[in-house]
Amino acid sequence: MLHRFANPTRFLRLAAAMQPWMAALTGVMLAFGLYFGLFDSPGDYQQGESVRIMYVHVPSAWMALLCYTALAGSCAVSLIWKHPLADVAARATAPIGAWFTFLALVTGSLWGKPMWGTWWVWDARLTSVLILFFLYLGYMALDNAFDDPGRGARASSILALVGFVNVPIIKFSVDWWNTLHQPASVIKMGGSAIHPSMLMPLLLMGVGFTSYYFWVLLIRIRGEICANKVRSLRLRQVHEQPSADDLSEEAS
Amino acid sequence: MSRLLGIVRRDLHLALRQGMDSTMVVTFFIIAVVLFPFGVGPEPNILARISSGVIWVAALLASMLSLERLFQTDYEDGSLELLALQPVALEFTVAAKIIAHWLTTGLPLIVAAPLLAVLMNMQAEGFAILIVTLLLGTPTLSLIGAIGAALTLGSRRGGVLLSLLVLPLYIPVLVFGITAIDATLAELPARPHLLILAGLLVAAAALCPWVGAAAIRQTLDS
Repeated sequence: MLHRFANPTRFLRLAAAMQPWMAALTGVMLAFGLYFGLFDSPGDYQQGESVRIMYVHVPSAWMALLCYTALAGSCAVSLIWKHPLADVAARATAPIGAWFTFLALVTGSLWGKPMWGTWWVWDARLTSVLILFFLYLGYMALDNAFDDPGRGARASSILALVGFVNVPIIKFSVDWWNTLHQPASVIKMGGSAIHPSMLMPLLLMGVGFTSYYFWVLLIRIRGEICANKVRSLRLRQVHEQPSADDLSEEAS
Repeated sequence: MSRLLGIVRRDLHLALRQGMDSTMVVTFFIIAVVLFPFGVGPEPNILARISSGVIWVAALLASMLSLERLFQTDYEDGSLELLALQPVALEFTVAAKIIAHWLTTGLPLIVAAPLLAVLMNMQAEGFAILIVTLLLGTPTLSLIGAIGAALTLGSRRGGVLLSLLVLPLYIPVLVFGITAIDATLAELPARPHLLILAGLLVAAAALCPWVGAAAIRQTLDS
């Protein structure tokens, strides 16, 4: 099953077919989610209208974790089975995850100002998400730090796996350390603590963000594969005909 | 075991003969801490309040400074490949090099720390716990740093990249090292923080040599 889609050509065909569906799903889900979230759901009895930041903040935070899990998963596949597509998927996932993390941090900060009275606190959840952001940046920097792209991919894969220890820490940080950030309320023992009228737009936004991720991921993977093709074509061109620099060197 | 000790001895000899490395790390540590009284003013209360944090952060940066040389020199002159070809697992070699790194940088930092605690006007009750946290924490720093050092071998702009990779992973060690000291100064039990610090050390000791060896293998393969 895995090997059937391992072939980049077959994958490209599949990706091209899936891409418009993903785009449509993203558009519909985000439109409904934003409509219900911003206009057709009640304000909070304590937080008032600013509770609506939740509909962007919570899905971004979910996606930050989901993207890192996907990143670590593809890195593990690429290290273990040397799967060429896994490398490409990991490299394509990292910037998306980094932006979701950034979005979660910024919206959280905007929400924190009216609710907690401060833009930022050194709370366990906030700090661990900030570390996640740095891990994304480190992954991307290491990926680009080598002249040989294969070396960069292998080194950064190891780093991504090491950084995965942070994901459970983020998930459980609100339970282990009792600080300002509230504990999990959507998924917990004894049912969700959120009223259905707010839960529904939140879940719509969650699905919308996830399909957005897959949509952009497909675009980025196709772009990466094309870039690899261009690189190998250029290399072949260079090998076949000596460039102008080489000729002038020979002449001198 | 004797091979492991052999590598430790070799690295210690190299560090002692080339001399300057450990002294430079300690000098950086002292100078970095001494900058703070100039930066925040010589008010004794303020200095006492920030002393634990400043000493820990400076120790962390100092131990990171020397990380780049952990594998770099051996990689450049090719001896790393010979070390990898030994009939002993590369994990042991990496562990030995980490031990040597800690002996040449971590230990001198711990020796210098009480002097800096005096300069920073730290309360006398904090001295012992400062040493204990540094003893538990600096080996973890060397272990985690070895991963970064192995991953950045042969990369462009290795030093800056190394700090970008390693510093986020250092944060838990820093947090629990400082909370242990602050708890003692506030006359609260420091034991839970010390246990977590020890747990981090044990986990890092179990995992980091493997990751470092994997990183070195992929460097030598290509």
